[in-house]
Amino acid sequence: MTPSVRRTRRMLELAGAGAAALLTLSACSSSSGSSDTASGTSGSASPELSGTVTVFAAASLQESFTALGKEFEQQHPGTKVTFSFGGSDTLAASITGGAPADVFAAASPRTMATVTNAKDTAGAPVTFVRNQLEIATLPGNPGKVASLKDLTEPGLKVVLCDRTVPCGAAAQKALDASHLKLTPVSYEQDVKAALNKVELKEADAAVVYKTDVHAAGDKVEGVEFPESAEAVNDYPIALLKNAGHAETAKAFIALVRSAEGQRVLGQAGFLKP
Amino acid sequence: MTSPDEPGAATGPRTDRPRRRRAGTGVRTGADSGTGGGTAPRRIRAAGRRGVPLPLLLPGVLALAFLLLPLLALLVRAPWRSLPHQLTSTEVWQALQLSLVSATLATAVSLVLGVPLAWLLARTDFPGRGLVRALVTLPLVLPPVVGGVALLLALGRNGVIGKWLDAWFGITLPFTTTAVVLAEAFVAMPFLVISVEGTLRAADPRFEEAATTLGASRFTAFRRVTLPLIAPGVAAGAVLAWARALGEFGATITFAGNFPGRTQTMPLAVYLALQNDPEAAISLSLVLLAVSIAVLAGLRDRWLTGV
Amino acid sequence: MTDTPDLDAQAPEGGAPQGLDARLVVDRGGFRLDVALTAAPGDVVALLGPNGAGKTTALRALAGLVPLGEGHLRLDGTPLERVPPESRPVGVVFQDYLLFPHLSALDNVAFGPRCQGRGKTEARALAAAWLERMGLAEHAGVKPRRLSGGQAQRVALARALATRPRLLLLDEPLAALDARTRLEVRAQLRRHLAEFEAVAVLVTHDPLDAMVLADRLVVVEHGRVVQEGAPADIARRPRTDYIAQLVGLNLYRGEAEGHTVRLDAGPSITTTEELSGPAFVAFPPSAVTLFRDRPTGASARNLWRCEVAGLETHGDQIRADLTGELPLAADLTTVAAADLELQPGAPVWATVKATQTHAYPA
Repeated sequence: MTPSVRRTRRMLELAGAGAAALLTLSACSSSSGSSDTASGTSGSASPELSGTVTVFAAASLQESFTALGKEFEQQHPGTKVTFSFGGSDTLAASITGGAPADVFAAASPRTMATVTNAKDTAGAPVTFVRNQLEIATLPGNPGKVASLKDLTEPGLKVVLCDRTVPCGAAAQKALDASHLKLTPVSYEQDVKAALNKVELKEADAAVVYKTDVHAAGDKVEGVEFPESAEAVNDYPIALLKNAGHAETAKAFIALVRSAEGQRVLGQAGFLKP
Repeated sequence: MTSPDEPGAATGPRTDRPRRRRAGTGVRTGADSGTGGGTAPRRIRAAGRRGVPLPLLLPGVLALAFLLLPLLALLVRAPWRSLPHQLTSTEVWQALQLSLVSATLATAVSLVLGVPLAWLLARTDFPGRGLVRALVTLPLVLPPVVGGVALLLALGRNGVIGKWLDAWFGITLPFTTTAVVLAEAFVAMPFLVISVEGTLRAADPRFEEAATTLGASRFTAFRRVTLPLIAPGVAAGAVLAWARALGEFGATITFAGNFPGRTQTMPLAVYLALQNDPEAAISLSLVLLAVSIAVLAGLRDRWLTGV
Repeated sequence: MTDTPDLDAQAPEGGAPQGLDARLVVDRGGFRLDVALTAAPGDVVALLGPNGAGKTTALRALAGLVPLGEGHLRLDGTPLERVPPESRPVGVVFQDYLLFPHLSALDNVAFGPRCQGRGKTEARALAAAWLERMGLAEHAGVKPRRLSGGQAQRVALARALATRPRLLLLDEPLAALDARTRLEVRAQLRRHLAEFEAVAVLVTHDPLDAMVLADRLVVVEHGRVVQEGAPADIARRPRTDYIAQLVGLNLYRGEAEGHTVRLDAGPSITTTEELSGPAFVAFPPSAVTLFRDRPTGASARNLWRCEVAGLETHGDQIRADLTGELPLAADLTTVAAADLELQPGAPVWATVKATQTHAYPA
């Protein structure tokens, strides 16, 4: 480990990212079993896949990845896929902090970059889906929001994600591209919090991902806007350097990128890369 | 849930006689006060001053280390070089100012409402008092984010009460500095209530009786006798509440949102900085720490010692 | 004292009956207090009784700190049953004084006048005058914790009197003091009570305090008044074992016929008084003479066979507790006790001269 990596790692631990610490702990316990079985099977070099794959994935992937994980285990008896879902930044921080994960699926290239910069990936990340922004409004769209510009109407309470999180950065990009100045009532800490404010009817609209609108069902109404094309978010996935079962992990990534994987992800509102 | 009975006992007024609890309103147990026995012997203090027993010293020092080490690490790893740059940013000062103002206001709200509540819990008898006392401590066990959601459901634009506030007065609380104060008070007030109630229970209620026999109404007795007597406990409770309010994150970000200068307090700024700039987060944490230590140390010297 | 404010309340004019007239009934749990108290202005009444008799409850009922279940409470003709404690013209000196620890002696005394609506300066001037009257002028600025027990007691008295009460209540006023201070404070308190022009009621379990301080004793046992009267009368003619014990007398109850009182317990006592019907007989332990063997010369009257149950020193005397035909207490000198070889279980004969007994109707 290079000194700079060690430094970042310590710093992050010190920063008191409790969530990251917990994730690290749980990941530790699940991977210890996998390394045991690894020593038994690697020598035989059998094409049969086995072992546990630990996947760190962005929270927005929860539904689709859980489904794909079950499918994978069925296709390959003897394998197990465990997930750790969370904010991409937190996940990236725990991976660079030494969390034993095999696969990382991030919600933005920037968060993936923190992992690649720390040289914790094995091979280049590939974009497997894209997520587009959408406006979430109250059911029935009482504010008659039809475009990004409508959000700047005075009296309309809009929440955005904070610029430090991917959905906030994307929203800002879209706003900048259309030269709009929007003052929200709040910069929420993540996309779920932003959506929540609309679900609870505290805010009239939020700029969130299509997949989040999709997942919220009829509690919110989605309004597509053309400027969202300016801020499409790529989701990169990568095999990690310290993967215990590289073959199994690769097979899982392959499933995600396969037609079947794309179908499941498409159902959740993701776009093909 | 156990109700912490007398956390402030040490700060309460001392009497030579063993204290008696009241049973029922204004009625002491036992038909007669203990007589004849005279004064109870004061405990001899000097004995404890000599050697410190190892079973106390070791865990004690460990506890101190456990509490201080993370803070120390924060200092060691602080990005000292970029610190001046961080500290000159207006956002930081805005957040700090907002934190201090809202924590102080939340403490004021807690004092104004919490001290009377503590008095009711300690000095009156009403059905379900035990339950009420347990409910008061509820915000302590509630995850703050849940507290924030609960506040939204109660006081939000579409909330149980907030709906009427909006319809009748046009007041909407979420995303305002008021919401920050409310969220902080919600989380901090239990600390004050519990602390003050404990002090009140330890305080001899007969001082209030003595005051009433001198012509003081119950409120005057409270104001001129009880309140000065429990002042150290109230101050300790207020400091606790203030500290809790200053560090409040979950309920605030959920109920009040996050907008620089209006609802973004230091803990929110720290959390969001942590997302992509851990160094900035550490700098911000240091600022918050330094300010709180300065304030708490100042208060401690003035209020909490030499009582 | 020159140009001090008028300290003494004027007795209200008019034809209303002056003083205290109360019947205090308080029910609590299994305990019922039911005592009647009357007193004229200037009277000092002592409620005397064992612990748990209800004396303090009676005092608290007078002060309004305990609600009356039944009965009445009139002070100078005004009914007070429904008057809250802060509005009663009643001053209380609590057992441990309850001086407000955060206020100086002066402000403690000024507290009452302040609550009665006087200005700060006026209340303080009044308080200063009271402290001076109590000989505490130089302690005015001192916090209670720096006062001695006796000083604190006087501050408490001044504080109670500064509200110019028509009824002064003192709960065990001397109990918190050590023996030396007690003597001194008792004398001072007696003087102050003598000067007090309204009714004073004090509660004590100490017969000496009661007898020195009060004009009249009301003995309370188990929530009831068992005896009432002038201290000397009560000391001479106790009517319960408790009082007999307090005043140091052997007391028996029986049926009198001429000079003989046949005790409920069995034996008879010959007395000088001639009575008939239910009667008490009392005699002091010092009137008892003990013998190892049955005295031959003596008449058989007032002679009982007893057994030593216990011995204790009582000043320079030995007090022997005897059981047997007649349980009694006897005082004898250490020398006599040694001569008699007294020890628990030893048989003795006890006699009392008829002239040293005192019989009175029950």
